[in-house]
Amino acid sequence: MSRLMFYIIVGLLLVVGIATSVHRHVQFEIPWLPGEQRQVWEIEAGINFVAQGGPVQVDMALPSHQAGFRVLTENTASSGYGLAYQSDELGRTAQWTIREATGSQQLYYSVQMLVSQDARTPVQAPPETPVTTPWESPYDTAASQLIEQAWARSASNVTFARELIRDINGERQSENARLLLSQEDPSPLVVRLLNQAGVLAREVSGLLLEDGRRRQTLSSWIQVFDESGEEWSIFNPLTGEQGKPDNLLLWETGGRAVLEVQGGTNSRVTFSMMTHNQPASAAVRNHYSEDTLLNFSIHSLPLEEQALFQTILLIPIGALMVVLLRVLVGIKTSGTFMPVLIALAFIQTTLPTGLIGFLLIVAVGLIIRNYLSYLNLLLVARVSAVIITVIAIIALFTVLAYRMGLSAGLTITFFPMIILAWTIERMSILWEEEGPKQVLIQGGGSLITAVLAYLAMNNPWVRHITFNFLGVQLILMAFILLLGNYTGYRLLELRRFKPITDDEKPS
Amino acid sequence: MSWLKNWTWPSRLRDKGIIGMNRRNIRYIGRYNKRRLYPLVDDKLKTKLLAQQYGITTPELIGTVTTQFGVKHIGAMLIGHNGFVIKPAKGSGGKGILVVDKVVDNAFIKPSGLQLSITDVERHVSNILSGLYSLGGSPDVAVIETLINFDESLMDYTYEGVPDIRVIVFKGYPVMAMMRLSTAASDGKANLHQGAVGVGLNIATGAALRAVQFDRPCFSHPDTGHDLASLVVPQWETLLNLAAGCYEMTGLGYLGTDMVLDRQHGPMLLELNARPGLAIQMTNGEGLRRRLDLIERQPDGVPAKQRVAFAQHHFARQSELVETPDASPVSA
Repeated sequence: MSRLMFYIIVGLLLVVGIATSVHRHVQFEIPWLPGEQRQVWEIEAGINFVAQGGPVQVDMALPSHQAGFRVLTENTASSGYGLAYQSDELGRTAQWTIREATGSQQLYYSVQMLVSQDARTPVQAPPETPVTTPWESPYDTAASQLIEQAWARSASNVTFARELIRDINGERQSENARLLLSQEDPSPLVVRLLNQAGVLAREVSGLLLEDGRRRQTLSSWIQVFDESGEEWSIFNPLTGEQGKPDNLLLWETGGRAVLEVQGGTNSRVTFSMMTHNQPASAAVRNHYSEDTLLNFSIHSLPLEEQALFQTILLIPIGALMVVLLRVLVGIKTSGTFMPVLIALAFIQTTLPTGLIGFLLIVAVGLIIRNYLSYLNLLLVARVSAVIITVIAIIALFTVLAYRMGLSAGLTITFFPMIILAWTIERMSILWEEEGPKQVLIQGGGSLITAVLAYLAMNNPWVRHITFNFLGVQLILMAFILLLGNYTGYRLLELRRFKPITDDEKPS
Repeated sequence: MSWLKNWTWPSRLRDKGIIGMNRRNIRYIGRYNKRRLYPLVDDKLKTKLLAQQYGITTPELIGTVTTQFGVKHIGAMLIGHNGFVIKPAKGSGGKGILVVDKVVDNAFIKPSGLQLSITDVERHVSNILSGLYSLGGSPDVAVIETLINFDESLMDYTYEGVPDIRVIVFKGYPVMAMMRLSTAASDGKANLHQGAVGVGLNIATGAALRAVQFDRPCFSHPDTGHDLASLVVPQWETLLNLAAGCYEMTGLGYLGTDMVLDRQHGPMLLELNARPGLAIQMTNGEGLRRRLDLIERQPDGVPAKQRVAFAQHHFARQSELVETPDASPVSA
């Protein structure tokens, strides 16, 4: 193949690699830097009801973007049911329908909410001024007295609501309040009284987010609009506390029922939730579930495979380090890519534990291998014996570490055992043939390469870039191809050939 | 800045015409050595058989061991041979070569004086067969050949082992040569990185130019104390012709030929190397670059004798080991 062709291929790889990376950056707003972690809540709503054998229609209110939270993705599991998402000015709903269903039915809805400080609440339409049903005697007097007292102590809709809730539920609970509470629950009562006083307010449902909770139900909150009908505040109907707690996710804000089931009985909805942290970019990418050809990415794979690829995509970085160190520096290693595998193990074990573990295993392995050489075994049998020895050493160290309470020692099992066995075998032969100095040179070279490869592969920025920009793999490929073409001196050759340059040749 | 004094600049190496590993691999081995020809030199048994076809002298073959079953018969095979060498057919870098100087009362004595029993020898052969010394650990064949009775004139220059002569043959032209003298440090092996003394040889005459041990210049053999300046390889032209002939034999453009001088048979081909090392530049105190560039400009299809004459004419040099510059004769 001609040189020109080679440079065209390298150039093409570079251009395509850079172009796809830039495209992903611009089009999908994936940042070049890993940035901060974002918190994501996974919330699952389970709807249970008993169907009566006829057609069933289930309407459930769904959460929308709101202050502090942004909807990332939502999924449903409902075999056999027709599903439609609807949204109007009061909020979003999901509607499940089926022609015929009998017995206990379960429907699932799960949503991923990104905790985001800049998420804004969409403008909400205030409720229509409701027609207040008049109180019967003697409740009417009690109600109007409560309103009058709270009105007198307040300056605005918001402060009025606060005073009213305190009068009803707080320490100042009066006879009047107790009388009215015998007729209605606290939150509907507060809303009714607010409406009676001409204040726009409604009951909304929210979910208090707590990590790992199951079988939770929605709680009731009171939304009070100010005089202009544009701004609103959330009140806790029991304490009168104003403002939305950070962990409160408003599920339904239209004043409608959260769940309506037609054709079924005993319906109820419960929630389970958990939280996890995701890199900002990973959280952002969830917006884009439709992958086009240009947006070819491993993010369309299931989560488990993605995690696997996160490691696989780092291997080229390790390979690049090996190429750099061998071609440009001239470090000798035992086994060309053995350092990369050791570096992968270091990622699992962390560097200090990994280094100590590696040295311990290889040192003990060398001693035992030394005895094995007296047994006059065939090669395959001997290497197999070394493999078993390595496993025994690892098991022993793990148990010892556990007994001594060193939990870090447990990660030693991540070392690739067969690679270690071959390393020990090679080092042992090297020792016999060329002496301990060569063992130190090659072993040290391997270890230095492994540590450098580890540092490169474990760098958060490198991990971010390799995982999010597949085009980088092409760029790496181009670099490695170019390095494979390097005919200059290696760094260590500058030392090796130094004596030649010392004396001038007599002429 | 004391650590800097052990390092040099790339520009200075380039001025000297030094070739680095990367350049050797890409420019010469990659370009002139076809992959499919490698087995001819990587398998010493094949090289040996091929050399016999081309009339190139090699040490006499005692026998080969190809199966673990055959290991038990090695004792019978060795009867009547006083000195022998066992080597893996696919070994590299001199690994796995067992040299036995003489046999006394069923004890095999290495050049270092170490005694081995027949069990030790069998174990060594068994290791060879299971691929311990071969590239990639593939199963191998053990080759047993007679020990070379090396030329007496070279006896004083070596300690225990056989001194061998490495000639780099580029496109059939001998471009650079050195002799490797084993020392106590190298355990009788002629491997430079194990401590053997490398002596750069004048292509024109076979006389010593310069000597190094562990990449640092030296002037006498560290063990025998013999002055190296007087070293001249006898039958030099025959040796060069033998080396140059290996180009036709293998078709490899960039070749390292390892030769020995036998008392009766003269120069013999020991083995070939398709990836010869760069230490020869150290022993000659000169880079290969200029010589290789000159050869690259020569036309193809020149007979071996002319190629040798060309090399002897163009690559003649004067020794750095002697004080008077006209001490070593230069022939055209």
